[in-house]
Amino acid sequence: MSITAGLRRYEDVNEEINRRLKSDDKTAVREVNGQRYLGCGLDSGKSLDIYGTAGNDLACYLNGGRVTVYGSAQDAVGNTMGGGEIIIHGHSGDALGYGMRDGKIFVRDNVCCRGGIHMKEFRQMKPVLVIGENAGAFLGEYMAGGTIVLLGLNMKHGEKLFGPHCASGMHGGKIFVRGAFPKANLAQNISVCELEPEDEKELSAYVKAYCRYFGADYAEIMSKPFKKLVPATSRPYANLYTPNL
Amino acid sequence: MSINYIPRRFTVVRDKELCINCGCCVRQCSNECHYYADDGKTALVNSNACVACHRCVDMCPTGALRIEKYVCDYRENANWTPQYQQEICRQAATGGVLLSGMGTPKPYPVYWDKILLNASQVTNPSIDPLREPMEIRTILGRKPEKITVEKKGKSTVEMPPQVILETPIMFSAMSFGSISLNAQKSLAMAAKNLGTLFNTGEGGLHPDLKDYTDCAIVQVASGRFGVHKEYLQNSRFIEIKIGQGAKPGIGGHLPGEKVNVEVSNARMIPEGSDAISPAPHHDIYSIEDLRQLIWSLKQATHNEKPVSVKIAAVHNVAAIVSGCARAGADIIAIDGFRGGTGAAPTRIRDNVGIPIELALAAADQRLRDEGIRSSISLVAAGSFRCSADIVKAIALGADACYCASAPLIAMGCHMCQTCNTGKCNWGIATQRPELVKRLNPDIMHERVENLINAWNHEIKEIMGGMGINSVDSLRGNRLMLRGIGLTEKELEILGIKHAGE
Ligand code: SF4
Ligand code: SF4
Ligand code: SF4
Repeated sequence: MSITAGLRRYEDVNEEINRRLKSDDKTAVREVNGQRYLGCGLDSGKSLDIYGTAGNDLACYLNGGRVTVYGSAQDAVGNTMGGGEIIIHGHSGDALGYGMRDGKIFVRDNVCCRGGIHMKEFRQMKPVLVIGENAGAFLGEYMAGGTIVLLGLNMKHGEKLFGPHCASGMHGGKIFVRGAFPKANLAQNISVCELEPEDEKELSAYVKAYCRYFGADYAEIMSKPFKKLVPATSRPYANLYTPNL
Repeated sequence: MSINYIPRRFTVVRDKELCINCGCCVRQCSNECHYYADDGKTALVNSNACVACHRCVDMCPTGALRIEKYVCDYRENANWTPQYQQEICRQAATGGVLLSGMGTPKPYPVYWDKILLNASQVTNPSIDPLREPMEIRTILGRKPEKITVEKKGKSTVEMPPQVILETPIMFSAMSFGSISLNAQKSLAMAAKNLGTLFNTGEGGLHPDLKDYTDCAIVQVASGRFGVHKEYLQNSRFIEIKIGQGAKPGIGGHLPGEKVNVEVSNARMIPEGSDAISPAPHHDIYSIEDLRQLIWSLKQATHNEKPVSVKIAAVHNVAAIVSGCARAGADIIAIDGFRGGTGAAPTRIRDNVGIPIELALAAADQRLRDEGIRSSISLVAAGSFRCSADIVKAIALGADACYCASAPLIAMGCHMCQTCNTGKCNWGIATQRPELVKRLNPDIMHERVENLINAWNHEIKEIMGGMGINSVDSLRGNRLMLRGIGLTEKELEILGIKHAGE
């Protein structure tokens, strides 16, 4: 049996989710109307299906669990997540995947400002963010590790793949972009490169997963060329300071 | 010498009569001031890089060393002081932003020194803390608006989580990375034995400190380094770092050189990579957003941990503190502009923010006026040099105080103000193994404990003199304070009378 969120307070809904997931590994919430923190800190082996519009901080501190949204999500999805998977059958608001350290987020449609900001990797932990359509300003700002894939599907005439200041302050990780992108919106000190064979392999796995989740056509997606955006230096601010002794 | 030459600050003086050429100073100075002559035996010195950390002076077995101020006179000029000229020279050479360590050395007013404490005479007996109970136990956390009790007198109110401290003194945030693991461990050990808390800063929690999670405040800063579910749950309380007194409004930047294996493990970033904390939290652009982060942390910890918000003391501090309280912060820490730092841009450190005394008084008053002071805890930070400063802060409205520089001095720091170079000869602000091992946590935690125990006793003595036997009766008790040499406006903001009134 699923949980009905309706107009209930988020504390209530989250408490019921936690209670359910103590005994079950899987549960679903229906009629979600922007309730916050759904799936907060969900542990590995647990999964949560959400129907409706997930509120801010969806799956924050996600700890290996799996959260699927049949609908769109508001701001700060996967905030500071440490692992697991978030699948959004819709679009997402600002600061998607802020500070995420591991795990994967798939967004079928577009994302607003500051997607993948300050993503970072550590040892075997490598966060991945796959966006089906386009992204707003400051995509990958301060990015320190991990991978962002920007597919640019269904773009209307005049729409850009990403907004201004993309990858500003980026000092690690990589961004794969499909098709034409607005070079003027790219921050300084970012190199545009061809994909290496291992990049191709990595990308193909993510695109396959995207197609599996959202029923997209793999061949069609791969028919357009991809480029890789990487920081020209891993220490963009290395010479910023002078010791004042 | 060249156009880039800046007269050295100090001269290391070696008394040849006393020196036995043991070579200790050669080994001790990480700035490589001391060296051997070509004969391999005679110790010589080049003072250019000396920062006056006194390591060699303290370690010399015969007392042969002394540090002197080096004087190379400039034509006198109260405006273009040598300091400004030298700073321009540095920037002309490098084009870099000036970076300094420790709190501002500028001669801004220290209001603690302009506030005098009261004592009882005749009308109200003073209390002797050696013989009578004297309570300095401090409880932090959100307090319910009202208490309801059932028939037998038991409270029926569900109490939000509280933190009990055996002293009103806590150790402020100093991340592993900005200070060494040995320094952080010494503080953790001292906190445990003293019944108080240390603060991980934004550097995550090193696995070696897992036995101290009960006395750890874990910080969540804009870079979210080392923040994960377990980190949040293994803590006494969680602190959202919005700002720091020494550098309000800007982020942090731990250079890759300081990110060795151990630091990388705690911060959960690759070795050698820069740890950049953005200036704002990008999920907080308003008080409403702050509320969102506070409650996300509470959700992640099943409402078992109080959440603190630490802000720098800035012009509008009172309104900001009120906003934080309304956003759900259980504890609000205000960090005054004299607070220390591992590294801060000089111009920010020396020019941005306001003194803790004024910020604390203004914030406490505002919360009282709004009738919400008693629902939250206020923690003051930003340079407490002695127990009297702490007593004054409590009387101005602080529930507890954060101290950092004082315990560092207890561990050997000599305020050489070059923490940013990572070459701290005392093993504190460094990650170099050969320097870190100079600081032995088994000894240093005791020195820190001695200091706080001494301060605790002094606080009790001062309270006793006032005829107060519980720190709760001192809190916000501004009648115990009088200003000396302060203007009407300063007295008004501090909410105290002038001496003699
Ligand atoms: S430590 Fe003292 S005695 Fe030893 S070489 Fe240096 S100045 Fe001489
Ligand atoms: S920097 Fe410190 S150790 Fe080196 S000479 Fe100066 S006071 Fe001595
Ligand atoms: S911590 Fe070390 S480097 Fe920093 S001021 Fe103290 S002695 Fe100097």
